[in-house]
Amino acid sequence: MEEYKPPPLPSPFNNTTPPPTLLTQGAEAHLYKTISLNPSIPAALKIRPSKPYRHPILDRRLTRQRITSEARCLAKLIREGVSVPAVLALDWEGHGGSEGGWGGAWLMMEWIDGPVVRVVLEQWEAWMKQNEGLLDSSQIENEEARVRSLLRKMGSAIGVLHKAGVVHGDLTTSNLMLRPYAGASDAVNGTGSPSMEGDVVLIDFGLASQSNQDEDRAVDLYVLERAIGSTHPRSEPMFEELILGYRDSYKGAVSALKRLEDVRMRGRKRSMLG
Amino acid sequence: MIAIGMEGSANKLGIGIMLHPKDGSPPQVLANIRHTYVSPPGEGFLPKDTARHHRSWVVKLVKQALKEAKVTVDDVDCICFTKGPGMGAPLQSVVIAARMLSVLWGKELVGVNHCVGHIEMGRLITGATNPVVLYVSGGNTQVIAYSSQRYRIFGETLDMAVGNCLDRFARTLHISNDPAPGYNIEQLAKQGKQLVDLPYVVKGMDCSFSGILAAIDGLAKQWGLGGEEKAREDEQKPVDSTTAADESLESKPTRADLCFSLQETVFSMLVEITERAMAHVGSKQVLIVGGVGSNERLQEMMGIMARDRGGSVYATDERFCIDNGIMIAQAGMLAYGTGFRTPLSESTCTQRFRTDEVFVKWRD
Repeated sequence: MEEYKPPPLPSPFNNTTPPPTLLTQGAEAHLYKTISLNPSIPAALKIRPSKPYRHPILDRRLTRQRITSEARCLAKLIREGVSVPAVLALDWEGHGGSEGGWGGAWLMMEWIDGPVVRVVLEQWEAWMKQNEGLLDSSQIENEEARVRSLLRKMGSAIGVLHKAGVVHGDLTTSNLMLRPYAGASDAVNGTGSPSMEGDVVLIDFGLASQSNQDEDRAVDLYVLERAIGSTHPRSEPMFEELILGYRDSYKGAVSALKRLEDVRMRGRKRSMLG
Repeated sequence: MIAIGMEGSANKLGIGIMLHPKDGSPPQVLANIRHTYVSPPGEGFLPKDTARHHRSWVVKLVKQALKEAKVTVDDVDCICFTKGPGMGAPLQSVVIAARMLSVLWGKELVGVNHCVGHIEMGRLITGATNPVVLYVSGGNTQVIAYSSQRYRIFGETLDMAVGNCLDRFARTLHISNDPAPGYNIEQLAKQGKQLVDLPYVVKGMDCSFSGILAAIDGLAKQWGLGGEEKAREDEQKPVDSTTAADESLESKPTRADLCFSLQETVFSMLVEITERAMAHVGSKQVLIVGGVGSNERLQEMMGIMARDRGGSVYATDERFCIDNGIMIAQAGMLAYGTGFRTPLSESTCTQRFRTDEVFVKWRD
């Protein structure tokens, strides 16, 4: 198999110093770390290359639609004071790169320091698996309490987002970050179990849209519930805590949660008891 | 170990015989035969007619399979059957046959989840070790990944299956159901050039097809492309549509253009949710199973996506993609090997049986 090479960067990023470094390749976009204006200001650069598997007309339509809607959502959320990265620059026409454009689009955002929640939970689950035998019941309870409080913070962060009139569209634990409090050391609490202190920051609004409907909000929560169930089996039973955090975060939460009950019943061929 | 697999959850009746050699060498397919119930153009297959088809063919197919595999009844260790999901009446007619053979021959029964059958057969044939699985057929659309003893569903359709969407559009256009409506749409789509605007519905890792079907049915009606008459007309005039389609983007779409646009749109959605699942679990392998998985355009698109991620796509041809008996035998034998049995009193079938309900004891 050929070694994987990411697609070439669009101009002007193909001649900045230092060159942008590739952080992750998401499903839709490549995320780079770069600088904005001044070498001391780090920035996140999200590049949506064109998808060669799609028909060019469909590809252009989707790429443009998504990058502009992402930027609009972020701009709106920053105004509303929700913790998301701020938008610094944007190219939705794909003018950069070779002549005639390169078909993709890019978005530059504020740099957020910290791990994604998926990594934190994976580390925690691995640590628990390893140390479970050594812990007494109060220590286990203590560990689980820390996860509960993280889930509660995630719930209220999502509540604040929904209150601002935006739904995320692709909530997974990879799209939630934990920004450590300013001045706090990243040292874990002495045991090797990962730290869960910090602000929850929502990232990747590539599938977000502006909506105040219970349906969309409920689908958001449902997607996250399933993502947690499939990637963090150990934390899944504590999802209830996230719901509690969400319920207390804004007025409309109760009716969105009621809708969640309906959404859960909807998947195909669910076993129907009774 | 030798197992017979009996599959009949939709319009295909499949009987397969698999051998798992005792020395641990790779499993072998001894027989894989299938008989399909084909309904006339413009119609789908009804449960009662399909069940009647299965009832009248099942004995003949089992006899033929034994003969082809050159084994006798004594060589057989267990009888595997599809427990679900699928259409009620066809499932029932096959489960009755399986039960009857079990009592007649004194062999143990193993009930198999149809989706798990597809996954296990795909893994066996392609050699993919731990892929993200896209299971697309006339009744199912799921993106699946394995994690701690379960095949977990990451994304699925919120309403109809993608194959059902294609089949029903084939009905609108009166495209033949022989050998399969999806196959004939694929052939017609190869002549399509113009992409018409259709809804594109992805919600997280889930997707929805019913609105797309309604939209394209509407377009077919608007341009007068549906129905039997138009189908006959198009058949008579051979491919001269190439010149017309090049004129301008605003020109009237042809039947081929609609098939092309439908495929491009729904397959893009499928590739997108698969890519999202791959990014989420960090896998570089994709396995496509199910009847729609034999579509070469879907395989091509998935291949481009996987290549751009530094991975690869695994797909099989119609012998293993489309419902068959050996996949039931293969998954059944894996379960049988771990001590799983279905007692006669519990040898029922069910229309609803989710992929993630099965405890996968045979993988770590």
